[in-house]
Amino acid sequence: MSESRAPEAARRRDPARRTSMFLRMMLRAAVLRRGRAASALLAMVVAAAAATAMLNLYVDVQAKLRREFRNYGANVVVVGRDGKALPASAVQAISSTVGARGLAVPFAYVVARTGSGQPVVVAGTDFSLARRLNGWWAVSNWPTGPQQALVGSRAAPAVSPNGGPFDLSFQGKTAHLTAVGTLQTGAAEDSRVYLALNDFEAWTGVQPSTVEIAVSGSSKEISAMTQALAASLPEAEVRPVRQIMEGEAQVLGKMRNTLLASAVLIIATAALCVLATLIGWVYDRRRDFAIMKALGAPERVLNGFFAAEAGVLGAVGAVLGFVLGVGIAAWIGRVNFHAPVAPRFGVFPVIAAGSILVALLSAVLPISLLRRVEPANILRGE
Amino acid sequence: MFIRLVYESFRRQARRKLLAGAAVTLGVGVATAMIAVATDIGDKISRELRAYGANIVVTPQEDSLDLEIGGVNLKPPSDGAYLNESDLPKIKRTFWRNNILGFAPMLPVNAQLPGSEKTPLLGTYFAKRITFGKEEFVTGVRTTHPWWKVEGAWPDDESSDVLLGTRLAAQLGRKPGDEISLSGSAHRVAGILSTGGVEDEQIVGPLAVAQAILGRPGAVRRVYVSAMTKPEDALARRDPRSMSGEVYDRWYCSPYPQSIAFQLQEAIPHSHAEQIRQVAQNEGTVLSRIEGLMLLVTLAALCAAALAVSAAMATAIFERRAEVGLMKALGAGRVMIALFFFAEAALLGLLGGAAGFAGGALLAREIGRSIFGAQISIAPVLLPMILAVAVLVTFAGSAAAIRRAVRFDPVFALRGEG
Repeated sequence: MSESRAPEAARRRDPARRTSMFLRMMLRAAVLRRGRAASALLAMVVAAAAATAMLNLYVDVQAKLRREFRNYGANVVVVGRDGKALPASAVQAISSTVGARGLAVPFAYVVARTGSGQPVVVAGTDFSLARRLNGWWAVSNWPTGPQQALVGSRAAPAVSPNGGPFDLSFQGKTAHLTAVGTLQTGAAEDSRVYLALNDFEAWTGVQPSTVEIAVSGSSKEISAMTQALAASLPEAEVRPVRQIMEGEAQVLGKMRNTLLASAVLIIATAALCVLATLIGWVYDRRRDFAIMKALGAPERVLNGFFAAEAGVLGAVGAVLGFVLGVGIAAWIGRVNFHAPVAPRFGVFPVIAAGSILVALLSAVLPISLLRRVEPANILRGE
Repeated sequence: MFIRLVYESFRRQARRKLLAGAAVTLGVGVATAMIAVATDIGDKISRELRAYGANIVVTPQEDSLDLEIGGVNLKPPSDGAYLNESDLPKIKRTFWRNNILGFAPMLPVNAQLPGSEKTPLLGTYFAKRITFGKEEFVTGVRTTHPWWKVEGAWPDDESSDVLLGTRLAAQLGRKPGDEISLSGSAHRVAGILSTGGVEDEQIVGPLAVAQAILGRPGAVRRVYVSAMTKPEDALARRDPRSMSGEVYDRWYCSPYPQSIAFQLQEAIPHSHAEQIRQVAQNEGTVLSRIEGLMLLVTLAALCAAALAVSAAMATAIFERRAEVGLMKALGAGRVMIALFFFAEAALLGLLGGAAGFAGGALLAREIGRSIFGAQISIAPVLLPMILAVAVLVTFAGSAAAIRRAVRFDPVFALRGEG
């Protein structure tokens, strides 16, 4: 009987007052049981933060790691066909095609003879670009002025045993050079002498035959770039450096999967813990539920009340957790990669939807259990 | 009485305990799995980075200068010094033999094709069986140059079959299975090799074939070694000759590229070993970045797990104010009640922790198998540590809730005004 009268009374009431009553109940519930509400909210925030941080990292870390992998140097090489020099305009054309996406460094080579007649490979390049491309070169001192040479560690004893000035001859022309630094790489560079490109061209008249290019991007972007280069330079061969490309792809793929597995693990745990905490919280309020039911609240209002509460908790938790998670991701980026991980706001709707969904689920489960129970039993404490 | 209280509490409130216990188990499980993955990731990625190929090269000590432009060797093959092939198995006798995943000797020579053309031929190991003492070891370019692809079959190291570079094969119009005459003797083409480098224009054959063409049995020009190394630090860069005994031992017994190269140089007479800086240096950077990333992610995961466990424990205790009221009304002291709850928390932490550890170890193994195709195992030594942390976290999570429960007036609790 009372159940049929109460909704009628409610209907007669002013809707604004009903809304305010609804809000007051929710507010009082949060304030009176702040310990419980806080621990539920804490769980929600932690879960949302963990999920945000992992998703942000997962999206951003690949770009960060790709940048690290560019330290391996050139991943595309352009060479003149059959060892011939590239046309004079080629270096400029390649640089403009690559643009800001990478680095293109020209190299020219000849075999010259030392003062004692020993053959040695001499290379001409742009030192400032080569330094950026090949960060692993161990160089004691980079040449800055004209006629200064960088001498490979194995070439040094042959060309300039006491580290002073030396002469090299190529096709009857002699260059007077000074060794200002030594170069060590553990590869072919150790047996060479490096000169600035304009010194080299003035002496030998030989143009660059090789351009080494480091492009960053996914393998699809890089193959698009190689095709564009090959189309614009029909007289040259454009080769991707397989050693570098395949190594990078392999390591990046494994790393992506590891991060994905970690993200799934962490997010699943966090969600399950939230579920456990919230179920406990709602179940514990069965007395409130029983009183409301005894006072004649219809099921619709009861469900609405608990669902709204859960929804607010999920939304507030998602916002706080998102902010916290973005902070954690940025911190990890700064500490590890010395560059912040930019916040991905595209992640937020996913986090918000997930949080609210988990919160609603944890409200619905205990309510559907309680619905069948008589309020009197609950109030008697059974 | 105390034990019976705890026991009955677990028996009668199985559902609640199960919820809290599940939270602890999950938290500990994820923490264990993440710790296992993070501690092992360096080793696993180090192996993956070996896809970049050899990181150490061994050359004769008194060698003449290389004349190499764009990978093409201009030096006459007879010029300069050689290493001895019979010294190579000694590589597996060095201290860091288990870190050396493979090595490949190289001997570039010029072979005479029937059309009176001279073509570079590279002699090497493909997947050669080397017996060293009782151990057997398979090594060659298939380990040290994993980006080399062969269409057809890899030649047998004991045969005289060769591989043709893909451009050369197109130029000569040969297919796998064809015969080719090199410097007067007939060889079968086992496959077509594609490397993306100068080998595409060359012939690659077993080491013995190159030695026969050169007329110097046992000669090797250089050896590429692929070793798992540790990222370089300040100690690694120091000169071993300037170190004192203890520092030298520490340097010698760390798998730095420098110290492995140093040991190779000791093992092979008249040799000079050096790290290939392009591979070795960058490997160190990439490795330390990835290790750092996993460490931080693990740290974040541990924090999340700890907070989640804390929240679950706090909830579990808040539910039981009426019980506290009853105990107090019956005359239990605060210490007694706190002890009771802490004992429960410890038991939950231990049980959940043990189950979580087992689950986490399984999870880590599954991750290792599915991503890296290798085992990730967790040291059993970690079990007591993880259990201690689990108990500590459940304590920390319960502490605030227990304090409030203990302070609660029993009258209100019993009247149900919690």
